[in-house]
Amino acid sequence: MLMLECPYCGVTADETELSPGGEAHLTRFGPGASDDEFHDYLFMRENPKGVHFERWRHAYGCGKWFHAARATDTLEVFGTYPAQTTKPPQEILDKISAKRPGWTWRDLK
Amino acid sequence: MSTRLSTHGRLIDRSQTIKFTFNGKWMRGHPGDTLASALLANDQMLVGRSFKYHRPRGIVASGAEEPNALVNMGKGPTFEPNQRATTTELFDGLTATSQNHWPSLEFDVGEINASLSRFLPAGFYYKTFMYPRAFWKHVYEPFIRQSAGLGQAPKDRDADTYEHFYAFTDILVIGGGVAGLQAAKAAADSGAKVLLVEQSSAWGGRAMVDQVDSETVNDTPVDKFVEEITAELAAMPNVTMRLRMMGAGVYDHGYVLAYERLNDHQPDADGPRHRLWRIRAKQTITATGAIERPLSFAGNDVPGVMLASAVRDYVVNFGVSPGDRTVIATNNDDAYLTAIILKKAGLDVPRIIDARPEGGGALMEEAKALGIRVDLGRAIAKVKGSRRVTKVQICNQAGEGGVLDEVACDAVAMSGGWSPVVHLWSHCGGKLLWDEGHAMFRPDGDNPPRGASGEGFVRCAGIANGAMDLAAVIADAHEAGKAAAKEAGFTPKRSKAPAATSRADAALLPVWLMPQGAKTELRAKSWLDFQNDVKVTDVQLAAREGFESVEHTKRYTTLGMATDQGKLSNINGLAILSDALGQPIPATGTTTFRPPYTPISMGAIAGEARGEVFQPIRRTPMHDWHDANGADWEPVGHWRRPYAFVRPGESVEAAVMREVTNTRESIGLLDASTLGKLIVKGPDAGRFLDMLYTNMMSTLKPGRCRYGLMCTENGFLTDDGVVARIDEDTFLCHTTTGGADRIHAHMEEWLQTEWWDWKVYVANVTEQYAQVAVVGPKARKLLEKLGGMDVSADELPFMGWADGTIGGFACRVYRISFSGELSFEIAVKASDGQAFWDALMEAGSEFGIQPYGTECLHIMRAEKGFIMIGDETDGTVIPQDLGLDWAISKKKEDYLGKRAQERSHMTDPNRWKLVGLETVDGSVLPDGAYAVGPGKNANGQRNMIGRVTSTYHSPTLGRGIAMGLVQHGPDRMGEVLEFPGTDGKTYKAKIVSPIFYDPEGEKQNV
Repeated sequence: MLMLECPYCGVTADETELSPGGEAHLTRFGPGASDDEFHDYLFMRENPKGVHFERWRHAYGCGKWFHAARATDTLEVFGTYPAQTTKPPQEILDKISAKRPGWTWRDLK
Repeated sequence: MSTRLSTHGRLIDRSQTIKFTFNGKWMRGHPGDTLASALLANDQMLVGRSFKYHRPRGIVASGAEEPNALVNMGKGPTFEPNQRATTTELFDGLTATSQNHWPSLEFDVGEINASLSRFLPAGFYYKTFMYPRAFWKHVYEPFIRQSAGLGQAPKDRDADTYEHFYAFTDILVIGGGVAGLQAAKAAADSGAKVLLVEQSSAWGGRAMVDQVDSETVNDTPVDKFVEEITAELAAMPNVTMRLRMMGAGVYDHGYVLAYERLNDHQPDADGPRHRLWRIRAKQTITATGAIERPLSFAGNDVPGVMLASAVRDYVVNFGVSPGDRTVIATNNDDAYLTAIILKKAGLDVPRIIDARPEGGGALMEEAKALGIRVDLGRAIAKVKGSRRVTKVQICNQAGEGGVLDEVACDAVAMSGGWSPVVHLWSHCGGKLLWDEGHAMFRPDGDNPPRGASGEGFVRCAGIANGAMDLAAVIADAHEAGKAAAKEAGFTPKRSKAPAATSRADAALLPVWLMPQGAKTELRAKSWLDFQNDVKVTDVQLAAREGFESVEHTKRYTTLGMATDQGKLSNINGLAILSDALGQPIPATGTTTFRPPYTPISMGAIAGEARGEVFQPIRRTPMHDWHDANGADWEPVGHWRRPYAFVRPGESVEAAVMREVTNTRESIGLLDASTLGKLIVKGPDAGRFLDMLYTNMMSTLKPGRCRYGLMCTENGFLTDDGVVARIDEDTFLCHTTTGGADRIHAHMEEWLQTEWWDWKVYVANVTEQYAQVAVVGPKARKLLEKLGGMDVSADELPFMGWADGTIGGFACRVYRISFSGELSFEIAVKASDGQAFWDALMEAGSEFGIQPYGTECLHIMRAEKGFIMIGDETDGTVIPQDLGLDWAISKKKEDYLGKRAQERSHMTDPNRWKLVGLETVDGSVLPDGAYAVGPGKNANGQRNMIGRVTSTYHSPTLGRGIAMGLVQHGPDRMGEVLEFPGTDGKTYKAKIVSPIFYDPEGEKQNV
């Protein structure tokens, strides 16, 4: 059972206190988008063995959505950060680079 | 025979005798016995029948790895199947029965399967039961159901109680042998908080049997050392020690489940029977020891063939000898210890059969000095005997099994080497290394299970870590304790491990089959997995048939399945598989180790969550009134809602019909408090709701209501309800009863993760209000009688709302209708709910007021053609399917689901659409029935062209009415469709408009 720190209330919460929300940093496509764009937005997801960025909600706590950067293979957590952003904070990217040189995720390196 | 000795028995109290029954027969034992040791003391070696061939099986082991001695314990409410006799502590009055036989353990009809074993090889289920197809339902399945499964499921409610316990510790040490004790001590000396758990009822582990007479720690005998270190740990305030508590599973980020058996050994004591510990530990040390491997020779499953370590455990711990004449078969030095202990206890050891041509070290010399004959380079060709060993035939290990000699005996003690217990290490991703020298998998310290920091959080200690002699075990455990303390943020004491002796053993010879070139007839009697009846030939067959992955072989042969999960069989099985595939053992690898380590009770998993506590019920403010007035309850989400209010002597169906008629003709009351109520507030609230609902909400005027539809981003209808605009910045959104929390979360998700710059807040106020629907042609008269506000059609028109008072209660009145009648939904403070309801009921009596339930609500809405989320929708239905295009804004550029509804599949004219259905004969269509069209599909099934989504008897119309989704439905008005029912009948129904009653809406708009 994972433990993640909620960046809003500071609680290090058990997974039972959280609800998962899939991949982070999706760009919404709406009316006017091409079929391919909308299809990709709706269905296409990363499935990495390694570094991943996910959405979580502190559902049975403060109720806030946040993002987690973690490794799917070792369950290492590189950091959590508020959901009100379109890309991960630089300090978390630096931390991942230090620990996993050469990592990639979508267009992030 | 097996019997109680007059000497030995360090764990039993001979001064007391207790009685128990096995298969109805009274037997005697002593406090401290396990059920297994007590059975052996009563010469009850035969304890069960094997799963597939119903072969007689005896006790093999002395601990958690026991595959055969599974018994039913207790009776009635305390009945429990599949309990291991080897880990069941004896108590006075214990009742146990054996399993998997009929009519009796001694005479079992199923034994015929053994003679048929040629026809029941690995995978026979898959090969045999395929054809003819019709046989599956009537012949094969009943047969398999009759013969499958170990034990029986309990029939009564469990009379015991269970609990969960949350624990937080710096360091958790699992295993209370010398390694666990030393690791705990080294860790605790740093000041770290340590929890030390041991699955059995005593500290010290195997060392108390194996090293107690011969070896020392700090120049002290091992038992003295255990006594001292246990006392030291018990005196430390930062150490918690628990016996009878097993580390069951290791999970992500340092989460560990442990299973404490508090009262299994004292069933009359107060308190819970089991406790499930949910532990968060910074570091976990598994000092879980090792399990001895059996040897694969013909007849190794005959009762009386046991693990060598188990034989000496019974002698030393319980003063029980499994046999009078015990032959030892081994490939390593350890089994010599058994021979020595037996001989010194005055028992006969006619032969030690050592597969190694060079034999063993010091222990062999000691055994020889005691006068025991040792045969080197030899093997057991076959064990003779059926219900008990009678003799062994001896051959060359290097040969094919030609018999050189026979030795009469009544027990065989076998040892194929040791396998470290790596289960807990492996549960969460710890990797293993193949140790060639000891022919075993041991933990790969460089690849531990990793926690949130990326560092390992489990380390193994002692034999579990591959340290094979006492000095190495103590040193390894000491270092593990210190390292764990350091990793947990403490400073370990600078100390050296206590000095211990070590035994100079000769090297082990890997022996996976005895003899090495055993012929088919011998291999077909050489068992790998006793519990699942898997033989050497089965694994070899699986390899020949292409099941090369160890996981496939496991499932094809059932090797390593069921309650023991292959604790004895796995390594031997994968060695045989590797040999058949011509590859080294590490290339084959192991199957995945999964928690729990041994089975834990369902009660412990449930804990306190049973009965009323299992899922707390949500109650409306009027719940108790409903209960006292005949409510037939229906679960809706976590709520209970009255399905109908049943009068004495009335059927539920009759009550529903009465409620519909009464509401349509005079007046009815519905408790609508469970409907979700979400306040959406802020300068951007209108803009936000325009995105969430398919229709335009921002144009709604304060004081007005609008019915809205909500879709998910993939276009499917997810909820509906009436939205009221309270003021310029504030909306109140009603949701379905089951949808309140989900829709609240849906709103929060979009607000927080997509439109976080919009100024909107959402609050779920569902439980703050009691809401009552006053419905029927006399509804206005009732409200006017109670008085307080103007509810006339001019002042409060249809789809309007107003604040005011009614009968002295502050309230908000919505003129909305889900029934087609004149209807007021009135919200009052939750605390006023019951008093308001009482006032309505009292004042309404002159108008014939009656409460109504959810089924009446359903019928009335269906009569009006109103959809219900969950009936007309199932997660694949879009609003356009339901003819709700009028509620979809054409003006809005965007809303959630809009783009998805433009996808080709969503605009396909062949989508099934909502229609009304009227049976030709007035009967009620079966719920969920499918309409069939001409032709057949690729599978030869009739083509389906629609299905029933809601179906009721309408008392208003005096006939069955239904709604359904039908291909091209709205274009097929008047057409009669066929709906085959599961009752064999075919129902005919005509396609009609879904609005059966008052299509102009004259009744609600008055």
